Amino acid sequence: MSDYYQSEDLPRFAEVGEEAPELWEKFSAWYSAVFREGALSEREKALIALAVSHVVQCPYCIEAYTEASLEKGSNPEEMTEAVHVAAAIRGGAALVHGVQMRNHVHRLSM
Amino acid sequence: MSSLLQRALPLADTSVQRQRLEALPLPLRFEKALQRSNLHPLLPNAIEIFQMNVGKVCNQTCHHCHVDAGPDREEVMSPHVVAACLRALERSRIGKLDITGGAPELHPQFREIVARAAASGCHVMDRCNLTILLAPKFEDLPEFLAAHRVEVLASLPSYNLRQTDAQRGHGVFERSLEALRRLNTVGYGRDEELQLNLVTNPVGAFLPASQAALEAHWKRQLRRRFDIEFNSLYTITNMPISRFLEYLVQSGNLDVYMERLVNAYNPAAAAAVMCRNTLSVGWDGTLFDCDFNQMLDLPVESEAPQTIFDFDLEALNRRRIVVGQHCFGCTAGAGSSCGGATAT
Repeated sequence: MSDYYQSEDLPRFAEVGEEAPELWEKFSAWYSAVFREGALSEREKALIALAVSHVVQCPYCIEAYTEASLEKGSNPEEMTEAVHVAAAIRGGAALVHGVQMRNHVHRLSM
Repeated sequence: MSSLLQRALPLADTSVQRQRLEALPLPLRFEKALQRSNLHPLLPNAIEIFQMNVGKVCNQTCHHCHVDAGPDREEVMSPHVVAACLRALERSRIGKLDITGGAPELHPQFREIVARAAASGCHVMDRCNLTILLAPKFEDLPEFLAAHRVEVLASLPSYNLRQTDAQRGHGVFERSLEALRRLNTVGYGRDEELQLNLVTNPVGAFLPASQAALEAHWKRQLRRRFDIEFNSLYTITNMPISRFLEYLVQSGNLDVYMERLVNAYNPAAAAAVMCRNTLSVGWDGTLFDCDFNQMLDLPVESEAPQTIFDFDLEALNRRRIVVGQHCFGCTAGAGSSCGGATAT
């Protein structure tokens, strides 16, 4: 199994719908609606998607939303800041569990 | 960085560029796309913009330049051709003159062309690379342009230093900001009659963003970060010609980029392509359907007048527009022209 995460697999995403077309259509419609301009611009939504892609560590999503962010007019400086936001939340989420650790330490310690 | 010509590269030969583009295994021919949109053969509406490319000399050597312009180029429109252009412009009463290059301001008759066209009631547009406004002997240009109510179309790919310098050369971003401040100082972008419009090309092998969405964002960013004002933002798709073609080949992006353009073909953008209302004149007086055809040495069809010396507006309005695979650059997504996006 040496074929995980090939770039050429990304355009084949729709093949996932072959065994369950109704679910795929519902997912596709909802997904398209999510990224349409609303209270947030398409550019802002692409940046959020880029940041989340790093947290879920999906190479397909990272490629797709790197390109989307560039095509929506973001620059590498803004995209890097978005990734830092994702990383900060992820790092902070780990660190805040230190309180849990401390609570347990207090319960067990003299 | 120097021009393809200076480096004696095969791509400096426009026939090599054309062969390379036509040989690409793309899913669709441009003519076929036009047929499907009921636009074949592509015909002009009426010529509303007279575009003079006054030469290939430039003070910059941008990586994406479809003209292959630069300081090492020597092609300059002669006084004979300039006179014929002004005569054609005045007689035909085409209302808009678009002056491009190279850096058009470097042409020895630039000010004369502007003054005469403006005096005849023509709306004059200057495609300005900004840094030329800081060059010795050119520092009074903002006042000159303002005095003749010239619309300035200024190139700025990004409000990010690294992106701008990556496309246009080291130090260009900071000098461009200084030039924009000088234009603002004389009223450009602030006085309604002094239009300062920015032109942005993507810094790489991807399509431009939505012009309307980006304009509001850019206005906020340029005001907040640099205290700079402008009127409109025009997004322009990079054309697979000359140095941008070189970049696509070298970076391994040519096939993917061209496929992207083809897959993004938009019939509404095709109906609104700029060659339908523009005539492009080369430095030697040859007539073209657009500046891109000019850089690929694809003159207007042989039945139409071939040079500015044979200028005949009615005959030119009857011509069939010459197209090729590069034309997908003007019809992708929201479309692209010298005036930015052409479709919504």
